[in-house]
Amino acid sequence: MSLPRTAERERTVLSAKTSKRILILALVVVAAFVPQITGDQYYLSVAYQAEMLICLAIGLNIVVGYAGLLDLGFAAFFAIGAYTTAMLSTIDNWPILATIVPGILVAVVCSVIIGLPTLRLRSDYLAIVTLGFGEIIQTIANNLGPTGGPTGIYGIPTLSIGSIVIQSAASYYYVFFILMVIFVFFSLRLRSSRIGRAWLCIREDEDAAQAMGIKIHRYKLYAYMGGAVMGSITGSLYAPALSAISPPSFGFSESLLILMAVAIGGMGSVWGAILGGGIVVILPEAFRQFSQARLLVFGFMLIVIMMTRPQGLFPEGGFRGTFSRLRRRTRDSSDLKSASANSHEVRLSTIETEEVS
Amino acid sequence: MTVLLEAENLSLHFGGVNALVDVSFTIQEHDLHAIIGPNGAGKTSLFNCLTGYYKPTGGAVRFRGEDITRLNAAAVATLGIRRTFQNIRVFPKMSVLENILAGAHLKASANLLSIVAGTPGFRRSERELHEYAMSRLEFVGLGEQAKKMAGDLPYGMRKRMELARVLIADPTLVLLDEPAAGVSSVEREELSRVISRIHENGICVVLIEHDVELVMELATDVMVLDNGRVIASGRPQEVRANPDVIRAYMGRSRT
Repeated sequence: MSLPRTAERERTVLSAKTSKRILILALVVVAAFVPQITGDQYYLSVAYQAEMLICLAIGLNIVVGYAGLLDLGFAAFFAIGAYTTAMLSTIDNWPILATIVPGILVAVVCSVIIGLPTLRLRSDYLAIVTLGFGEIIQTIANNLGPTGGPTGIYGIPTLSIGSIVIQSAASYYYVFFILMVIFVFFSLRLRSSRIGRAWLCIREDEDAAQAMGIKIHRYKLYAYMGGAVMGSITGSLYAPALSAISPPSFGFSESLLILMAVAIGGMGSVWGAILGGGIVVILPEAFRQFSQARLLVFGFMLIVIMMTRPQGLFPEGGFRGTFSRLRRRTRDSSDLKSASANSHEVRLSTIETEEVS
Repeated sequence: MTVLLEAENLSLHFGGVNALVDVSFTIQEHDLHAIIGPNGAGKTSLFNCLTGYYKPTGGAVRFRGEDITRLNAAAVATLGIRRTFQNIRVFPKMSVLENILAGAHLKASANLLSIVAGTPGFRRSERELHEYAMSRLEFVGLGEQAKKMAGDLPYGMRKRMELARVLIADPTLVLLDEPAAGVSSVEREELSRVISRIHENGICVVLIEHDVELVMELATDVMVLDNGRVIASGRPQEVRANPDVIRAYMGRSRT
């Protein structure tokens, strides 16, 4: 009698998986046609700025969500990418695409310099050091000659891929859309590998993680570097999209906005980071009608969200939780009795017959 | 019989407190070695010294003749020495299956390119690891719980899950810190079966346990700690009759 039960369960698991896939595919298709649905430049520019913040949130999600490292200066890596691209393209006339690689290199070097000594600290201290790092980068940008000081860098050439010149808001929408898809793909692949598991173990319990043979300092550094790379790439594409950059865009408030996106969405969940990133960009725009009070309304919304759902809107395993709860409810009523009667017997017999190889 | 683990004059002080004083012992390859002693005797401190969580103030730990005293916890785990914790340390917000897979960290493929590209080789190795993890879960009787969040499992099941997480690494030596503490008598029976099965499969087991009956039933050797010192060691029956042990457990006789 246990045979049909397992088969049935497998079918429901499978259908939950496929229905999740269909849902994601549908959302991707809808998102891909946004520029066809609305031609409005304002909407499109809000949309690609939302995508950009989502890309940053996905990057920070690796650091904060997966590895549990509280980073309060994430915008620093965003700045590194943006400034590297802006300087190389305006001063040395590099094509935008070619500047992405040096941006990544600078970000990796900085993350190692900052991360190597500080990732040994417990999280509160790490938060303070990363906060300081964010401030340092902004101060450097404000005072250095080649970075243009407080006025920043303007006249950044537009992005061109081969003969295609990307200029309109609609085309930048697609650039960030593709970047977002790539980041989601990377995040999910890493998450389901040994690297992602090691990150989660570190987040959950550092001491126990070491008992698994996980070199925790190394894996923390990997997470910090991973986030830095994603932040830097986003920055490298942000510079040509806006054609001018200046220090205020990379301050503490930006770091906080990205962190907020991750927290609202649900720490450790890529889908949450997407939802959260969308919310923190689109909501303040949607509240334009409140004019001066719009940030007040936005802040109030955030408080309500965090009070009603402290785990985030879309926490890790959110789908699975919902589906399995539903399944359990229907199953429990039917076979609770037989299961409890059999389970003890079954457990003992498996122990009897199993071998450690 | 070869010596697997050896401690020589291990000492550990926390300020003025002597947690361990000149603890020496050897553990043979196929032993099921139990460490007993009253609360605060230094049993868990000893485990922490053996597995790299504490650096002993003096003395040495050798594994297969190699000095491992100064290695950190991750390096000790790499040698095939795995442990459980007294107050269970599961990863609560990961599924039960993922908890077990975490134990196989050193076996899993770590090549970034093959992970991102999802190469057939990587997929195969992950699939095999999943199957092996499931078999370990079934071994401890938790096959049905694989998809649940580890934090949602009841206490006794989390204890067995920790055993499966140790076993997936195919360790040569496992150190179990009070595996039967606080579990029901039914669970205790199962744990005892699992532990003896582990031992029968040729894995050396070191066990801290308060349950003297369980120890007498399972162990091939017993060592008694009191106030950080070894006060007796030998076969279970000998140790049981030792007057020092009776004094440590029952208090001094009035006559």
